[in-house]
Amino acid sequence: MASILRVDDINVYYGSIHAIKGISFEVNEGEIVTLIGANGAGKSTTLNTISGLLHSRTGSVTFMGETLGKVPCHKIVSKGLALVPEGRRVFLQMTVQENLEMGAYTQSSKAIDQDLEHVYELFPRLKERMKQVAGTLSGGEQQMLAMGRALMSHPKLLMLDEPSMGLAPILVEQIFEIIQNLHKAGTTILLVEQNAAAALSVADRGYVLETGKIVTSGTGKELLASPAIKKAYLGG
Amino acid sequence: MEFLSYLISGISLGSVYAIIALGYTMVYGIAKMLNFAHGDVIMVGGYISFCAISYLGLPGWLALILAMAVCTVLGIVIEGLAYKPLRSAPSLAVLITAIGVSYFLQNTALLIWKAAPKVYPSLIPTTNAQGESNALQLFNGQLSISYISLLTMASCIVIMIALTLFTSKTKMGKAMRACSEDKGAAQLMGINVNATISTTFAIGSALAAIAGVLLCSSYPTLQPTTGSMPGIKAFTAAVFGGIGSIPGAFLGGLLLGIIEAMAKAYISTNLANTIVFAVLIVVLLVKPAGLLGKYVPEKV
Repeated sequence: MASILRVDDINVYYGSIHAIKGISFEVNEGEIVTLIGANGAGKSTTLNTISGLLHSRTGSVTFMGETLGKVPCHKIVSKGLALVPEGRRVFLQMTVQENLEMGAYTQSSKAIDQDLEHVYELFPRLKERMKQVAGTLSGGEQQMLAMGRALMSHPKLLMLDEPSMGLAPILVEQIFEIIQNLHKAGTTILLVEQNAAAALSVADRGYVLETGKIVTSGTGKELLASPAIKKAYLGG
Repeated sequence: MEFLSYLISGISLGSVYAIIALGYTMVYGIAKMLNFAHGDVIMVGGYISFCAISYLGLPGWLALILAMAVCTVLGIVIEGLAYKPLRSAPSLAVLITAIGVSYFLQNTALLIWKAAPKVYPSLIPTTNAQGESNALQLFNGQLSISYISLLTMASCIVIMIALTLFTSKTKMGKAMRACSEDKGAAQLMGINVNATISTTFAIGSALAAIAGVLLCSSYPTLQPTTGSMPGIKAFTAAVFGGIGSIPGAFLGGLLLGIIEAMAKAYISTNLANTIVFAVLIVVLLVKPAGLLGKYVPEKV
């Protein structure tokens, strides 16, 4: 399998705080890869670095053979890399439709209608609320909107940061179902989750982060079965 | 009839405030900073058009376009040199820089054009070549509205509608609203936040140039400090209406102009500004977000 994303020994700092200490991993085309770990392990920082919101001091991020290095964040989207950020961060004062249009900011305007139809098909709830301001949506709907918005840019790699955060269990199930459907439709996915059990059960491979370092990696099944992982992340 | 004529002069003054306030509010909405140099861009617009008309002999409309062009460039340069390096600095640093830019512009104008006030050649003089008054006469001449007032009011309405359409219908306008809400998320959409902020400054400064020409056409004394008081009043108007809101700036500007005109007419010319700011304080006590400002609850 061809590697679509390769992260090579990156070190990220917040001021003098060394948040990511030499992380390396890769995502192959067609996979779901998950990064799991506790609060503050560096999962979101890693995704933010890949998407260009943060920059690593050393090391490199290679996406589809191209080193991202100092490419500014707004140019990375058009290369086919989309991030659904932690806390969804939809534009609360804009309508659902406008949020989706923003997702298609880098796309030519001709194809937008078709893409909108596609997203509305995936998330019928969004279609019902297309004229509504995003601030009036429930948490689950906002998550769907954030995912739909990212899909509007036709990502080759979709990165999801804590998509299940703050959602009721039934919604968590729905979100994970959607992730699997997107995967079946051919999207490569890098998933960051605190809900390790759910993430590992859908993932091909996983990496475990602890205080800025990768401590274990393996296939989803292996990690689910590992006693150490069970003890630390899956509640015994 | 007297009341009507005061009301109209208030609306006309308020229209100038509103045009300036629109610039303030747009920049605040997107860059989240108070650009206190905005008032001085008005003054620069006034001087540029003054020079174009008096020294180059250009017609008024061409002078206006020239002033807009110069102010647009000035706005972009100010943003790029003074504010952009401070993008991640505390907002207090940006505020102080803005005050510094304001003094810089005033003193540069003082150097170039000297302190003595210039008499501004109005876009539409009060009387035409035949000595007839350039005003709309209503009620058998009991109420007269000068053409420049009419032009000012019309410009304000056109600008307000154009800005509303721009931010709600165009891709660039929507990107501006996205930036105003969440710059990080906007970047993730592929929006170039720096370019968007520059564009906002360009639009705001072009509006300031229009305001400068209209202001000086109605109140024809032009000096380096001409922009400061209207700038502060317009800032007040923007806060009054709810800063960040386009209809709010429009409404705030008009109300402020009307209150000022009425206070001058019926209470005291000297107290007019005191009354204007007293009303602002009362409004903010009752509605801290301004008349049309709103708090958007965040869902977690």
